[in-house]
Formats: sequence, structure tokens, C-alpha cells
Amino acid sequence: MGWSVLSPLLTLFVMKLVFTQLLGKNIPHYTIYLFSGNLILSYYKEATRNGMSSFLENSGIITHINVPKYMFVLSRNVSALVNFALTLVVYFLFCATDRIEFRPAMVLLVFPVVCLLLLNIGVGLILSTLFVFFRDVRYLYDVFLTLLTYVSAVFYSIEHFSLHVQRLFLINPVYVYIKYFRVLVIDGKIPSLQYHGLCLFYALSFLLIGIAVFRHHDRKLVYYL
Amino acid sequence: MPVIEAKNVSIRYITGDFKAIGLKEYVVRKLTHRYHVKEFWADRNISFALERGDMLGIIGANGAGKSTLLKAISGIMFPTEGTLEVEGQVAALLELGSGFDAEMTVRENTFLRGALLGYTKAFIQEKYDEIIAFAELEDFQDYAFRQLSSGMKSRLAFSIACLVKPDILILDEVLSVGDGAFRKKSGDKMKEVLSGGVTGILVSHSTDQVKELCSKVLWLDHGRQVYFGGRTAEVLDLYDGFLKTKKLPDAKLFPAE
Repeated sequence: MGWSVLSPLLTLFVMKLVFTQLLGKNIPHYTIYLFSGNLILSYYKEATRNGMSSFLENSGIITHINVPKYMFVLSRNVSALVNFALTLVVYFLFCATDRIEFRPAMVLLVFPVVCLLLLNIGVGLILSTLFVFFRDVRYLYDVFLTLLTYVSAVFYSIEHFSLHVQRLFLINPVYVYIKYFRVLVIDGKIPSLQYHGLCLFYALSFLLIGIAVFRHHDRKLVYYL
Repeated sequence: MPVIEAKNVSIRYITGDFKAIGLKEYVVRKLTHRYHVKEFWADRNISFALERGDMLGIIGANGAGKSTLLKAISGIMFPTEGTLEVEGQVAALLELGSGFDAEMTVRENTFLRGALLGYTKAFIQEKYDEIIAFAELEDFQDYAFRQLSSGMKSRLAFSIACLVKPDILILDEVLSVGDGAFRKKSGDKMKEVLSGGVTGILVSHSTDQVKELCSKVLWLDHGRQVYFGGRTAEVLDLYDGFLKTKKLPDAKLFPAE
């Protein structure tokens, strides 16, 4: 557990070291800017990657005891959420050192976290089901995660892109949640109602797709474990 | 009103090569029409019914479809064809010691297994001392599960399954492990549990054990049903003959009900 908290911190340290001169000059509170991105992205990565292997790694139980399989995805998500909560405490400590003003509105951070949890469960269900059938999904997903890291604007600002391109970034749910954190914590503004709608839309869509995919294959999974 | 009723149950495995080939290869083979899936029927048209308090012995050589049938009864698999109705809480012991967490302690594993079988923490708390005492593991409660001997593992599994008072108890080759003393004790426990109205299913390669414990017998051979009924003694004699000659006895030799 120690490492899952330390690893985003170390990544943060490296990024801070490398990118501050290059990209960070014009971004206020660059450390917190980076940390917001890393916090959300590493939570998403941990939860979905661990969720993916949950059926396969518990095949001993699944093939011998009649137990609802989605429980294994949920348990991986709970453990990732606990790690996230621990990192979040460190995040707030960094905010305090960086003289970010704590306001009551920050309670709203619960909203993107809940959305992200639902999204992670949905994606976890899709991946874990797929992973039972195709074992190379792991490698494909790793490639996808690398891509996701670069398009989530973790270490750069998207302001110098055209408005059209900026809007394209909103296709990426992880970026949407990262931006929510940054707007609320760094800019001190509450995102619009539509923005909340978008957050919720992604969370519920992925959750519903995940449930549908899982339920469709639920009975077949045991033959491939 | 039967507790378990199977009507023409057939279970099919798909032995395609998906698992080995991965997504990339799957797409390539689909496109080049070189993708084939093979079917394998583990069980074909199995029919039987069990009443409360019945003890069914399932016999048959390796690969007869016994374990697959048990998986269907315990709800892990579903019949591809036919219907299978099971009423009540099932506690299944399929292959010993499986489904435990090797790194957790005996105590934690007991609660984990209880939870997996669908019981509350309070219920297991209440039964815990009894389970440990019956498994004779009082001195090993805080040992990691992987440190136990295989006999100890199966004793724990057996104790949990018996003492949580399920409606249906499924034992797959469970009674054949453990030392002689424990085997005797577990056999007695089985009889006690069955007399309390539990319906039991036992898979065993020991014909004597089936003869002693079971009131009904289901004989499977290569997924097909050879016999189901209550004339256990006669059928088990025929089965002993089959084990020697490897030839199925003539249908006329089976006793009528």
C-alpha cells in the first residue's frame, strides 16, 4: 500500500523537475496543477488495471464457489479508492504549502470522485470480462494508458490550442475529472451545471456499458477461466 | 416436492482456441476464416430428482462429467440444455482446499469462506469455535493457510461446509482425505447432518463409502447417464465389475426400481 501512495508522488517529483522550466512557467500553482493530473490519472490507472485481472486472479474461487463475480471488481475498486484517499490527504498538504485557499466549496470534490469511482467500476467490468477471453488485452490496455497519459494534459496546459481542439479534450473522461479538480482547487471556481452533467454522463455511460457487457458474458466466463 | 430436479441436463464446453490466441490472432483468424471452435459435451441428458434427506452418490470413471454436473448444481455453471431446479442454500466442496486464500490465516479464511457461501459475519462468529474444534485446528488458528498440511486444509473445508447447516451439501472427493480417525469422524458427521434433513451429494471413487452413506446412486459414463435410482447395493456391485473389466454392463442387468 505504501508504494501505491509513493509512486504518484515520485512521478510528481520527476515531472516537476523536468517540466517546470519547459512548460510550467506560465501556469500558476504548477505543482498543484501537476498533482491534480497525477492524482486522478493514477487512481484511474490503478483501479482499472487491477480491476482487469480480478476475474482471472480469483479463478480458483470463481470456478469452485457460486459467488457473484462482480464482487471481485468491486473489491479491487475499494482498495484503489483507499489508496486514492491516502494520496488525496497528501494532495491537500501540498495545497496548504502552496498557499491554496481552502474554501467550503471544495466539498464538491466529492462529486468528481464519485463519478470516477462509477467510471472505474464500469471500465473494470468491461476489461475484466474481455481479459478472460483475450489475454493480450493487458498489453493493448497498457498502450492505451500511455496514450491516455499524453492526452490528459497532466503536465501541459491546453490553452494555446484553438478552442476547437480544446473542446476535443473533453472527449476524454479522465481529463474532464482532472479539469474539475483544477478549476475548483486552483482557480477557486465552481464548474458549471453542464460540466457536472458531463461528468455524470461519462460515469453512468461507462457503468451501464460495463454492467451490460458483464451480464451478457457472466455465464460464459467460467468456461474460459 | 424434490429439492433438486434435473431434467435432460446437458452441459457443453467450448474448447475453442481463443484463450491461447488472444485478440490480435482472433481478429486475424476471423478475417482469414481460419477460426474454429470445437464443442465438447461434458454431460448429456442427465435426469434425476432428489428429495429432502436423500444422499446421492455420483460414480463414474475420470472424465465422466461428475464435477461438471456438481458445478451446475452449485450454480457455478448453467445447463446448456434442459432444466435444473435447486431449492435452498448450497454449500459445495469442489476439490479440496481450493478457493482459500493462501496468505490469510486460518481464522480469516474461515470468515472469508463463510462470506463466500453467503453467511453473515455474526453467524460465522457464532459457529467459529465449533468449526475449529471439529477440524482439530485449535493450535493453528493464526497460521497462514499455506502452512497447513493438505489434510488440515480439507478438514477445515469440510468443517465449514458441514457446520453452517446448508440445505444442500455437495462433497467432491472430500471424505477420502484426512487420516483414518478423521475419515471416521467425518463420515459420522455426514450421517448426522443428513439425518437433520440436509440433502447431500457425494462424489467418491470408494464404492464402499458410497454404499455406506448413499441412498441413491447416479452412474455417469462419458457424460451419459448409465443409471439413476435407489438400488445402491446391486448397482455398486455392477460398478465394481465395470471398474475391473472397463466394459459397461448390459442394460438388462440393472435392477428395476
